[in-house]
Amino acid sequence: MTTKTDTSGAYGVEPPTHAKGRSGARAPGERSLAASPTTWFVWAGTAAFFIFLIGILVSVVVDSLGKSWFNTWLPASFSKDWYTSAWDQFEMTHIIGVTLTVALVVIVISVLVGVPAAYLLARRNFPLKKTITMLFLLPVLMPPITYGIPLATVMYNLGLGRTLTAVILVNLVPSVPFVIMTMTPFIEQINPTIESAARMSGANMRKVFTKILMPLLIPGILAASILVLVRTVGMFDLTFLVSGPQSDTLVVAIYRAMTAAGGGEARQLISSMAVVYTLTMMVILIVALKFVSPTQLVARVKESRED
Amino acid sequence: MTSPPLGRSTATRSTASLRHRLAERGIDTSLLMLVPALVFALALFVYPFTYGMGLTFQPTAATQEKWGGGAFSNYVAFFKDTFVSDSVWLTMRLALPAALFNVLASIPMAFKLRHRFRGKKLLTTLLVLPITLGTVLTAQGLLIFAGRQGWLNRFLIQIGVIDQPLALVNNYLGVMFSLVISGFPFAFLLISSYLSGIDPSIEAAAKTMGADWKQRFRRIILPLLAPGLATTFILTFVLAFSVFPSARLVGDAMGSTRVMALMAYRAFGEQIDYPMASTIAIMMGVIELAVITAVLLWRSFLYKGSTGGKG
Amino acid sequence: MAIAASKFESLELQGVGRSFGGTDALVDLNLTVRAGEFIALLGPSGCGKSTALNCLAGLLPLTHGQILIDGKRVDTVAAENRGFGMVFQNYALFPHLSVEKNIAFGLQMRNVPKPELKSRVAEAIALVKLEQHAKKLPGQLSGGQQQRVAIARAVVMEPRLVLMDEPLSNLDAKLRLEMRTEIRRLHQSLGLTTLYVTHDQEEALSMADRLVVLREGRVQQIGTPEDLHNNPANWRVADFMGYRNLIDLDVTAVTGSAVTLKGEGFTLRGTAVLPVTVGDKARAAIRPEDLVVVSPAEPVRGGNTMAATVSVVEYHGREFAVGVTSPSGRGLHVHSDHAPAIGSTVELTADPERVLVYQADAIDMQELSVEERELAEVRR
Repeated sequence: MTTKTDTSGAYGVEPPTHAKGRSGARAPGERSLAASPTTWFVWAGTAAFFIFLIGILVSVVVDSLGKSWFNTWLPASFSKDWYTSAWDQFEMTHIIGVTLTVALVVIVISVLVGVPAAYLLARRNFPLKKTITMLFLLPVLMPPITYGIPLATVMYNLGLGRTLTAVILVNLVPSVPFVIMTMTPFIEQINPTIESAARMSGANMRKVFTKILMPLLIPGILAASILVLVRTVGMFDLTFLVSGPQSDTLVVAIYRAMTAAGGGEARQLISSMAVVYTLTMMVILIVALKFVSPTQLVARVKESRED
Repeated sequence: MTSPPLGRSTATRSTASLRHRLAERGIDTSLLMLVPALVFALALFVYPFTYGMGLTFQPTAATQEKWGGGAFSNYVAFFKDTFVSDSVWLTMRLALPAALFNVLASIPMAFKLRHRFRGKKLLTTLLVLPITLGTVLTAQGLLIFAGRQGWLNRFLIQIGVIDQPLALVNNYLGVMFSLVISGFPFAFLLISSYLSGIDPSIEAAAKTMGADWKQRFRRIILPLLAPGLATTFILTFVLAFSVFPSARLVGDAMGSTRVMALMAYRAFGEQIDYPMASTIAIMMGVIELAVITAVLLWRSFLYKGSTGGKG
Repeated sequence: MAIAASKFESLELQGVGRSFGGTDALVDLNLTVRAGEFIALLGPSGCGKSTALNCLAGLLPLTHGQILIDGKRVDTVAAENRGFGMVFQNYALFPHLSVEKNIAFGLQMRNVPKPELKSRVAEAIALVKLEQHAKKLPGQLSGGQQQRVAIARAVVMEPRLVLMDEPLSNLDAKLRLEMRTEIRRLHQSLGLTTLYVTHDQEEALSMADRLVVLREGRVQQIGTPEDLHNNPANWRVADFMGYRNLIDLDVTAVTGSAVTLKGEGFTLRGTAVLPVTVGDKARAAIRPEDLVVVSPAEPVRGGNTMAATVSVVEYHGREFAVGVTSPSGRGLHVHSDHAPAIGSTVELTADPERVLVYQADAIDMQELSVEERELAEVRR
């Protein structure tokens, strides 16, 4: 057929040849080794960003360890006095305890509430599904203060103000939707025929859930939990609105110290608390990342589905 | 699955029971799994929110006396009291450029760094670091590092770029730095994942059709990335919009960084004027939603295909 | 203890139907399956064959009709209690369990005692020749190996009925042929009653004892492979069974089942499947292998002859598949024992016995499935 040769001829035409411009000298697909302006921009930006980041981190650490540090490159002498006094003055053990308690309770509740909902959203169709999804999504899209202030008002009216319960409850508001949002796509990518296969093998709904779904969901739940943990420990706005001296989490305690009447506490004291905060957070992340590695399991699920 | 023609719907009577037919429409006992989440959403979100809405129409006697307007007194106060209404502008002046910068700076970064190279993992790990810092430590660090006697100014004076220390904190710039440090990694990681969701063979196809680097970026990648960019912009904007601790700690809380969140908190915590606090809070939500809507409209105007990213 | 199928006398599907929100996916399926039979459900995608399988499995509730085994209703029994085995298109292996544990899962659910469980799992693994991979996770296996695990997982239960949902469609061509033989071997050695869903007519013809052809949820024809291959009940089945040449002509003479057709500048003698009368619009269906290029080895048959221009030649092993264009511009698929030159004119012939004549009904594009519509567009 003649048309066939015609079309192949059309495709056979050389693509517009590269002029002798900057990109013309090299074969298509190859990247030049000489840096282009974009590359420079990227690396300069990255460098500036990291200079700030590391500068911030190191200066806080140095500050927290320095006896006094004013008009010099480095403090005159180093000591760990600020840490001991931070511990004594602020009941750091209590604050860290509160922080971790809040985080753990929030994780457990939001997983228990969020995962079944996510399962339903991922697997089923039902009336009003769109509306309900939207309802779950709203708290994530809104500024925390917007719902935080009315919520805090309700808490104070109920006599829950400044209690641990209130802190946990307000932190649940963004956490549950967050678990739903992360778990829904995770559950969607688990092949639903796996559940059918389990049923065909004689497993009832309960067995399907405990023997097949749970093991497959664990990596996702762990990942979601870690993200909730990080968010809850770092959550300032909502906690600040309802917490009191006995229920302050670490971030809020540091903020209060920085803004206390009379120009705040000594700078080094705050630095040492901030370092404790960062260390707590890093420990959490490092421990968590160890447990999250089973995410490879997820990749495998996907692979076996695709080929 | 194809949809059979409409005229062919079931004429035969179904032998299924009512329970069965309800299940067909998605109503059965498994919906109970949704109950806890719904109860939670209603009790902790919908109820307080409507309560707060109601509260905005019950202004305190003081507000009513000062601003008039009856039940709408809080809103009258919000728009007429320049001390409050200015904060809208002050917030936007921070949040919009910060979100825009984070997104725009992330695009070339994500684009350059999407290929495998040595140290990529280290780089992405380092980018997660700001999450562990949190707003408060970032603020503290900025105060020390970029303060008048901090290392940054000291270094710049030492190498002779400047004579006088630059005012980098306790002003607009300080809050901006803090927003970029916390928002940029977030934007970068999001955009990177959207970018990796675009099938490389699409770009390869454009390459075989003779599109050069710039054309491929502008005509192929950018349109596919647009939905992801819009989402990222919205999320970083939400983060920046509700900026609160850093505005107080590294900003000028009574001047250039008197943001809405601060005003809301002042009414709530210091003046114990819950109705006014709720009004400011709700207005924050309204303004934010307006910006989000604008972005979404722009997005639907710009590009109508299926999303390329794994949204 | 050897793996063997649990027996039943007959499985009966009576008026089985399924509709999704007002549209029918499956209408009035009547079928009696005898123990040990291998039945293929065949049809293009969206024809309702998978719906039928899922209904039978209990994964989808029926909206009409009932399913009986030896006279007892099973359609009200939950999927997990029907005692059927199923092999899924995407294998649906449990990604967190090893090959062994995947296969053992069903036996554990039935509380089979440990020693028996072990021996049965080992036997099933041996049956599909996966001894070396018993401890591996599904993700570490190739597609074909995963497929074998899925089959072992289904047969280890000694099911009354094995349901297979396009089990080979995700494999490459060579492996598909191997697994075809493998499944057939398992079926014959274990005596498993099997219901096999596929869209590949060749697969269905080569494996099944009986075929059920579905289109848009309705049964078109039930019969043995020979029946379907040689005597499709209507032109749509013929189309699906590989009668690629469908030519619309006018009936000019009828003697018994022998029909003479005219149109598009030539005369064609064929065999009517259902009675037609002179003046009818008819559609002649001819397989490419029955429409051949005349050569010394392939003489003209039954006076059927027409000229056409060669447009495409494909090499198919011992013979050539040739695309030709008739003088009226119609594209035809024919076979030839030699490779004719492109652009040359050839003479075609077909045995009137193998030219099947059907009543033509207008093709309403609206009524076609997406796949059929696509096909129609390509053919144009």
